[in-house]
Amino acid sequence: MFATLLQATGAGDKLVTPEVPWSHLAPQLILVVGATVGVIAAAALRGRLRRSVGAVGAAVVAGAAIVSIIPLWHRVSNPAQGPISAVNGAIGVDRFSLFVTALLCAAVILASFTAEAYLQREGLDGPEFSLLLLLAAAGGSVMAGANDLIVMFIGIEVLSLAVYVLAAMHARRISSQESGLKYFLLGGFASAFLLYGIALTYGATGTTSLLRVQSFLAERVLTDDGLLLGGLALMLVGFAFKVGAVPFHMWTPDVYQGAPSPVTGFMAAAVKTAAFAGMLRVFVVGFASYADLWRPVVGALAIASLVVGAVMSVVQTNVKRMLAYSSIAHAGFVLLGVDAASAEGTAASLFYLAAYTAMALGTFAVVTVVGGSGDGAHTLDAYRGLGRRRPGLALAMSLFLLAQAGTPVTIGFLAKLGVIRAAIDADQWALAIVAMLTAVISTFMYLRIVVAMYFAESESESDDRGELRIPWGVGVTIGVAVIATLVLGVVPGPLEHLSDDALPVLVAVDGR
Amino acid sequence: MDKYNWALPVVTFLPLAGALVMMLLPKEEEQLHKAIALLTSLATLAVGVFVFLQFDYGNGHFQFLVDRSWIEVINSRFIMGIDGLSLPLFGLTLAVVPLVIIYSWNHIPDPGNPKAFLALMLILETGMIGSFVAEDLILFFVFFEIVLLPMYFMIGVWGGPERKYASIKFFVYTLFGSALMILSFLALYQHAHTFDMRQLRELSATIAHGTQLLIFGGMFVGFGIKVPMFPFHTWLPDAHTQAPTQGSVILAAVLLKLGTYGFVRIAINILPEAAKSWAPVIAVLAVIGIIYGALGCLAQTDMKRLIAFSSVAHMGFVMLGIATLTRHGINAAMFGMVAHGLITGMLFFVAGSVKDRFHTLEIKRLGGMLIQMPKMGWILGFASMASLGLPGLAGFWGEFPAILSAYSPAAGLSVGLFRTLMVIASLGTVLAAGYLLWLYQRTAFGTPPEEFADDPHVHDVVLTEWIAWAPFLLGIVVFGVAPGLMFNVTETALKALNLGW
Repeated sequence: MFATLLQATGAGDKLVTPEVPWSHLAPQLILVVGATVGVIAAAALRGRLRRSVGAVGAAVVAGAAIVSIIPLWHRVSNPAQGPISAVNGAIGVDRFSLFVTALLCAAVILASFTAEAYLQREGLDGPEFSLLLLLAAAGGSVMAGANDLIVMFIGIEVLSLAVYVLAAMHARRISSQESGLKYFLLGGFASAFLLYGIALTYGATGTTSLLRVQSFLAERVLTDDGLLLGGLALMLVGFAFKVGAVPFHMWTPDVYQGAPSPVTGFMAAAVKTAAFAGMLRVFVVGFASYADLWRPVVGALAIASLVVGAVMSVVQTNVKRMLAYSSIAHAGFVLLGVDAASAEGTAASLFYLAAYTAMALGTFAVVTVVGGSGDGAHTLDAYRGLGRRRPGLALAMSLFLLAQAGTPVTIGFLAKLGVIRAAIDADQWALAIVAMLTAVISTFMYLRIVVAMYFAESESESDDRGELRIPWGVGVTIGVAVIATLVLGVVPGPLEHLSDDALPVLVAVDGR
Repeated sequence: MDKYNWALPVVTFLPLAGALVMMLLPKEEEQLHKAIALLTSLATLAVGVFVFLQFDYGNGHFQFLVDRSWIEVINSRFIMGIDGLSLPLFGLTLAVVPLVIIYSWNHIPDPGNPKAFLALMLILETGMIGSFVAEDLILFFVFFEIVLLPMYFMIGVWGGPERKYASIKFFVYTLFGSALMILSFLALYQHAHTFDMRQLRELSATIAHGTQLLIFGGMFVGFGIKVPMFPFHTWLPDAHTQAPTQGSVILAAVLLKLGTYGFVRIAINILPEAAKSWAPVIAVLAVIGIIYGALGCLAQTDMKRLIAFSSVAHMGFVMLGIATLTRHGINAAMFGMVAHGLITGMLFFVAGSVKDRFHTLEIKRLGGMLIQMPKMGWILGFASMASLGLPGLAGFWGEFPAILSAYSPAAGLSVGLFRTLMVIASLGTVLAAGYLLWLYQRTAFGTPPEEFADDPHVHDVVLTEWIAWAPFLLGIVVFGVAPGLMFNVTETALKALNLGW
């Protein structure tokens, strides 16, 4: 068995390790090395570092990763060179993976600034928080570039393990513990499903490489594809769990509610982005020839997510739970782009994910501030009269919420427009109509929060809650998110060009 | 003509710039904020007057055209232009906003904060003007939606006791319409690959008739809610009753026109064939609206709610004119829009001032206005007469030709149906006379009720009110005496549009 495998790779009796062009993996390496060095340094210098060092460090590392993406982007954009792959074709370096990596790094920067303020307030120590964000981003980046299902699995595990710990990071809060445990247990199941799906796929096609799966399926017609369909279905379950699509969404409200607010923001933004990146790569590209079979399933997931997310969000009274359900509805919107199974749909999904990253991180930054000491004030009542107490904060929150509702002049409108257009071009009318109608329902929920902030009865029963402090870290996050939401909402050109170019491709060439 | 292509973007975004300046100043400087808001809206008006002066009235095509690339990936362009169909509503908007700001000078509703109130008003102005000059569907949609937000906040923050319910109902209702509308726009795009309104009619001609009907249906819901047409009208009485006076005036004068304008400019213009199939439905609903609105008026006990219901009836006349799909009918509809804007706006102003003085709008508690404050009483009488369509005042030229146009609808439409509707619609004018005169009698005649007889708060029209109202009153008379001023403009544009009926 082993021998045949070795022969298949063309080696003799000695295992030849592929040559690794390290420079092509610079973003991932920077993230991993940064996180590792950071953990060691934090352990060695325990207690002797200022708290904000962790956040700034993580931001610098993530920033460096973004910088390292720029030359790679130019390289793979060059038609003479094109996309490349590394490590014997296991990891692809194309504009898709670079775009997603950059997005994840941006999420790390914003989330770690929010987290800095959070840790300060909660008296939690540890730069580990920010470093785990880096690790999660590294995992997500590997997912986005995975050309091999096993590598995909490694990426998803690195990402998930980091986020399990992050969710349980607030050790003194029982709900945070609960959240972490719940996410871990259910996430473990999801990973198992994914792995089982990968195994079945290997059984059906004899390979885990997406490229070879693609050519295998292109060259022959399977008379009996039950094994492969089983594999596809199980992998879809795994991804649907990670993106929080109905009916695999059960964990979302509880985990979102219990996890520390900055982590919730990161989960909504980055984990979703990474999981969708994996999904797009495996299904839209790898199993493009089976699109007719998986598209109806993805469409059903989309409709279920849109409806359940919108309807359930309306009946919540806890803002974090509302936002959890709204994130399910957002996942439904992105699934619209996946379901289109087209270049246009993929670009629209990426644009949507970028937009949602900005909106979600901004929203949860505000939630972090309003949550107050102990991270417990998340009912609608906590937002009552915020318009009077902190007009700026309330204005920013309204902007994020309205953007999520899809109001024009914000990036949220263009994001929704993009995926709906992709769905219409793919003749998925039912999906488009359901999506627009559920968007209206969701808007009702967003407006409830706005109403609480601005239209509360004029007697100031809530003014005794004391002054809300907005620490600089959160201020930075909110500021950047506001600018992104508004500026890209009016001048979307640059981001749209990037997401248009960022199509996933599978190549075998190990570039030099 | 395009040498003045800066004019429309300047008019559109000048109010927004003013709002941004206001946001940077501390809110304690209340007088300063009022001054900035007024100056901004007057400057906008000045540029607007320039547009009116430079406008070539013999030319029915778009003028002051701007055409720049905007969102390239979806081929949506920044196209603005103005023609005879936009011009009257454009002018109405420019005139109404400064007047409303003048009225606000000493009428800032509770809980105060003129900075936020007037900044929202200016943002609203940008949205309204933008909607009337945008010639790209996505750009139009953006402005159409921008309008929602300030109005939502105006009702929600400065509104009456039921403001939360009313504001959310207003927002969600309208958004529901917009959701279907944007789907229709995207469906058009799927066939034509452009959002440019100027090209879409030609490009959409090849779309299968069934698809055209669906696309028109989406727009119908979107614009119909905004108008509002029966049965989508239920948000209107709530929104009007709860909105502050300024909000009601703008809502009545301009916002409702976005719906009817959308029908003429977008739905009918782009899909004339589908319009023909939909016209009977529109006409029947319009006439139901006329009768239902009038009966609703008779049942109201609140003056503001009564005026709100009368809007449903009046917009029914406008929609009837549009549904005939004739130049005659659409001309009447365009006139009806402006006339309704002036007259109902005026009525809402009076209602607001009455509320200010008596702290109630309950009709049975009011009375004797002509004795206690004769000028206000006369103004109310004048506006009521105009509203019921008295010849010689503007309301007449909106209603009468619209009814008349139903006598001979466009070729292909059922003459029998439209003539029946014509008869029913004329009954609506009788009912209108009924409820308006009844309202006037109960509030203006008789002796002042005891509870207010010696109330020092009750005083006659004050200076800011005179300044804000005079142009309205003047407009009602001028357009009533010389309706050709507007008919000529809209007729030229309609001829150039050449809808082919």
